Amino acid sequence: MPQLTEIRWHARAGQGAVTAAKVVAETALAADQYLQAMPEYGPERMGAPIKAFTRISSDPIEIHCNIENPDIVIVLDDSLIDIVDVAEGVHDDGVILINTCTPPAEVRAKLGVSDSVRVACVDASGIALDTIKRDIPNTPMVGALIKATSVVDLEAFKGLLAKNLSKKFGQEMIDANWASVDRAFEEVTVA
Amino acid sequence: MPEQKTLATTGNLVVAEAMRQCKPDVVAAYPITPQTTIVEEFAGFVAKGKTDCEYVTVESEHSAMSTCIGASAAGARVMTATSSQGLALMWEELHIASGMRLPIVMANANRALSAPINIHCDHGDIMGARDAGWVTYFAETAQEAYDNTIMALRVAEHPDVLLPAISALDGFITTHSIDRVCVMDDATVADFVGDYESASALLDTDDPVLHGSFSGLGGPFFEFKRQQREAMEGARAVIKEVGAEYSELSGRPFDVIETWGMEDAETAVVVIGSTAGNARHVARELRANGRKVGVVKVRVWRPFPYAELAAALKGLKAVAVLDRAESFGAEGGPLFTEVRGALYDLETRVPVVGYIYGLGGADVRLELIERVYDDLSDIAAGSAAPAGLVYLGAREEA
Repeated sequence: MPQLTEIRWHARAGQGAVTAAKVVAETALAADQYLQAMPEYGPERMGAPIKAFTRISSDPIEIHCNIENPDIVIVLDDSLIDIVDVAEGVHDDGVILINTCTPPAEVRAKLGVSDSVRVACVDASGIALDTIKRDIPNTPMVGALIKATSVVDLEAFKGLLAKNLSKKFGQEMIDANWASVDRAFEEVTVA
Repeated sequence: MPEQKTLATTGNLVVAEAMRQCKPDVVAAYPITPQTTIVEEFAGFVAKGKTDCEYVTVESEHSAMSTCIGASAAGARVMTATSSQGLALMWEELHIASGMRLPIVMANANRALSAPINIHCDHGDIMGARDAGWVTYFAETAQEAYDNTIMALRVAEHPDVLLPAISALDGFITTHSIDRVCVMDDATVADFVGDYESASALLDTDDPVLHGSFSGLGGPFFEFKRQQREAMEGARAVIKEVGAEYSELSGRPFDVIETWGMEDAETAVVVIGSTAGNARHVARELRANGRKVGVVKVRVWRPFPYAELAAALKGLKAVAVLDRAESFGAEGGPLFTEVRGALYDLETRVPVVGYIYGLGGADVRLELIERVYDDLSDIAAGSAAPAGLVYLGAREEA
């Protein structure tokens, strides 16, 4: 049976969700997986709620549609929980990963998902401000994603991250991004 | 087989890569919306010295195609890309390019035409170019967009063809999604497409020629058009030859239609573009439950593969044709009317039903395809076909 993992990203435009969706897909290629990543193109204004999608599979991916029943949901801005049904269609054994300071039990109550769905929380914005010095939570969120789901390899992701960053930035920025990934990997809590 | 590189990239970027590898002498493009990142990427190649192509930015899509026509008539190898309103604005130039028998190759990101304003995927733009005399390939994936673009150039420049060609890929779904794609090395592609030597270059002062001249009443206009038809008919064999050669080189199969499950299928969906993957995915699941279903994907739209479709669909109990474009006032979308035409000469009538889907980027959910196969099962079991065209997945009210 093909092993297909479907990830749906919820974010506000400008938080880097589309980039993260793509980098996760690119990381999967390093493990010889098939991949697909696409944003849902909507209003292009900063702060607007957006969605993006990543598919990773052991076999070629034939389907070209939005992801309605994700295995993993990633929410880059916890204020979206009040305005978007981020848990919509998530699989019973799925994972919802949220960038938030709120404890997982509280977030779980708010989401109203069944007990079999794992809820993972990490303060990715706080980590990003500490390390990268900007509230761009996408990179630490991938670190937390890897810890919570093992969907891609941590070292492969960090390697790709360095390669992408080195086109525009020096080692200092790469180190800061790596630190954000490692911290989110360590600090994510699952309930 | 030459070694290939596997990339995670978008349809647009990999078409730009195909263009670079085809070594066009001239690329002319209007660099603003509704243009694609194909020419943005290609402009980057020019700026970085990765190609010595003459890259001309112009003030409209009309001018872009005019420049391509001028350059191609001069004897250059010419490529470009467009989308949506841009293709629409090129309309009169499309006919001039084909009438002058200029082997320009253009990628098109298939997107809706206004109004209402919408930038998303459908085939309203490209189907409007149906009768413009361009050989037209459709891609399901970024991989096919890359492969089609390279094959299209060989076909267009073939002495038996000498027609412009379009390599069409679905807007956003294929153009902007990251996908896994294999690309060949530069030397292999360069060797495959070869050098282009125009047989009637305007800049060849030793052999002066006239291009696009006046042909009024009594002139050879009528006969010119017959020659264009002959060239398009001639393209059928060339497309297959070039496809077989490319297939050998790349290890990826090619045919003008691609069939799945048709050996013993009782019902089938005919589809063009990225939705073919959705249809195959659903058909695979239905097959696992014992349903004898198939998929026929049309990969070359012009010249239309009538004989191949008739052979594939012969004897079926019901066929659905999915169109991502309208032809208001016709019995169905452009693909529907062609498929029905292809089946007319069969001894036994095959029931064909038409669906319009996904206009303006409406998501093609798998349940919609399942609904189509359920309709086909009902028809195969003796139920009446849906009365008229079905707007698949459209809400009752706007």
